[in-house]
Amino acid sequence: MSGTLRFIQGNEAVVEGALYAGLGFYAGYPITPSTEITELLAERLPKRGGTFIQMEDEIASMCSIIGASLTGKKVMTATSGPGFSLMQEAIGYAVMAEVPCVVVNVQRSGPSTGLPTAVAQGDVMQARWGTHGDHAIIALTASNLQDVFKLTIEAFNMAETYRTPVILLLDEVVGHMREKVIIPNEGEFVVQRLITSVPEGTDYHPYLAREDGRLPMSDFGGVHRYNVTGLVHDMWGFPSNDPTVAYNLLRHLVDKIEKRSHEIARYQEHRIEDADILIVSYGSSARSALHMIEKGRDSGIRIGLLELNTIWPFPYEVVRRAAERTEIVLVVEMNMGQVYQEVRRAVKTDRVYLVNRFDGVFISHNDIEKTLNVVMGRGV
Amino acid sequence: MPVKDYLRLRFFPHLWCAGCGHGTIMASLIQAIEELNLLKNNVVIVSGIGCSSRLPGYLDFHTLHSLHGRALAFATGIKMARPELTVIVPMGDGDASAIGGNHLIHAARRNIDLTAVVLNNSIYGMTGGQNSPTTPLEARSTTTPQGNIDPAFDLVELAKGAGASFVARSTAYHAAELKQMLMKGISHRGFSFVEAVSGCPTYYGRRNKLGSGVDLMRMFKDRTVPMGSEKKKNDPSLIERGIFVEKTRPSYTDQYRYVTQGDCKDS
Amino acid sequence: MKPTAERQTLKVSVNTAWCKACGICIEFCPKKALGQNADDKAVWKHPDKCIRCGLCEQRCPDFAIELVEEV
Repeated sequence: MSGTLRFIQGNEAVVEGALYAGLGFYAGYPITPSTEITELLAERLPKRGGTFIQMEDEIASMCSIIGASLTGKKVMTATSGPGFSLMQEAIGYAVMAEVPCVVVNVQRSGPSTGLPTAVAQGDVMQARWGTHGDHAIIALTASNLQDVFKLTIEAFNMAETYRTPVILLLDEVVGHMREKVIIPNEGEFVVQRLITSVPEGTDYHPYLAREDGRLPMSDFGGVHRYNVTGLVHDMWGFPSNDPTVAYNLLRHLVDKIEKRSHEIARYQEHRIEDADILIVSYGSSARSALHMIEKGRDSGIRIGLLELNTIWPFPYEVVRRAAERTEIVLVVEMNMGQVYQEVRRAVKTDRVYLVNRFDGVFISHNDIEKTLNVVMGRGV
Repeated sequence: MPVKDYLRLRFFPHLWCAGCGHGTIMASLIQAIEELNLLKNNVVIVSGIGCSSRLPGYLDFHTLHSLHGRALAFATGIKMARPELTVIVPMGDGDASAIGGNHLIHAARRNIDLTAVVLNNSIYGMTGGQNSPTTPLEARSTTTPQGNIDPAFDLVELAKGAGASFVARSTAYHAAELKQMLMKGISHRGFSFVEAVSGCPTYYGRRNKLGSGVDLMRMFKDRTVPMGSEKKKNDPSLIERGIFVEKTRPSYTDQYRYVTQGDCKDS
Repeated sequence: MKPTAERQTLKVSVNTAWCKACGICIEFCPKKALGQNADDKAVWKHPDKCIRCGLCEQRCPDFAIELVEEV
């Protein structure tokens, strides 16, 4: 891949990915450990003809990017746990009004103020169920900076393709570490905003999906005037409390993502073909899992890793298939077992073990090894 | 163009109660837009949640019915992304100054070029008559059965204090005056704040024995005076109408263009 | 608004489907030219008194009363 070699921070890899994907509007609010994203974009976005604003709080940041997205811009905000909690109502609004946007959550140790500079992955379920009511959501994650760059572009592509908010669920380690990244000159696939071809004067339906499920948009300021609301609405965007309209809308909002989870599933398999033990991990925890594979195989234990880059919709099929040949499954994550629950639902074997830390210390291969020894009857 | 050409006729009669002032204020707003002959495609109306927030749905512009208290944050995103659009933000009194208070003072502080119109009926109407930050002391509401003890905001002073560069107040009774203020506010290059005193006969009027829409309209006539009027001196409880602030201050989008691209004209 | 002289040809038209009988136009008509019909809705009761000032149209919350060309 030809491009420029950079040695940058994870948060900057997010910025590179966003700019590459065509970011046009960013609103943010300072919060550790995501602030560098806001600072870097304050500097770089205007130079690209984009718009940057620091809003008065995270709620305002999330609301303003929704407004900007409706004018035709690709939009993003970045935050961490406490801010992510504040954004939930507006994220739900973007789900209901089908407004493309990217929300980066660089996770830190929670709940509440927690350990603001310490790593954790405790917002997995919040990414799924943070906003109220039945809905679907896409959440992506990455364990190294080349993937962060790539997954950021994917987040924008999926936001446009499915007209939905996409959560980029990173963590403090990935966000703050520095690593080599190759920024390709061009060629990385970028999905453009799908604009309606309906001519002026003809009735444009903002909420009528085409057969391929895509919903062409029309910019605020353009030739089609329509309504956007968080209320259940008809295909023109006007409020309705007709049960059929409500059923069809919610069914559409969920199916457009859940029925396409195979298209949305991003994952990487490391040496699982001959593995006796499967590790399922994601984010910075997957780095220690990779380390454990080498270490384990050195001492004759055939371990494989399934690294998830898509957390939601959860790739049950992918996990089930990967665990088919292995008796033991370890789920390595820095929370009290959030992806662990989903893996248990996906796999047949009940020998599924959680390897975790939630004390703010980065989980290491030693932590994995200790649990593995116990699980294999060798004790610590 | 007659006012009717701006309405989404299929939704009429509208949902506001008989005698509610919101319809009159919406009429003044349409007349203001009409007289400024703004192009429909260049106007975006952003509202929050509540009775007043249903206003955009009735109008043939780009309309956004957003979240309770957050209209100004949505609107800031729209204005910053496309500064050439005219952005008008109708809100309720609770919508703007209770849950939305933080966004109100910051939009004013930034002097972002949009027009906030607060339909102030001193009550939360949609949810059935609870007191709001502009409900007068001792007034009755479903959440102040013993009489309201929350001192009320003076929205004009609040907007002035936060830095709004255009601040005006009128009432649903003074519909022509309100139209003029809305025209000035919309044309003003900066944050325009227009308080439009409205009447809620169903909850505020009924619970406080102030009568119907007609009685509330008469109250607006008798209890308000033009700014600086003598009557105010001998009866300080009268509410002043007029343009309280009208000063030029660089608008946020102009400043942003200046510091990022160096020129200051509208694109 | 057209100059007063020309306005004499205008008449007041009420859309009873939209009128909610709030009484505002009737109360504040400077010439008491409006009245209520059987359903309390507005009606142009005394056209002779009407000066076509348009205040009824101005203050109507429901867009239900307006000055229209006599046709």
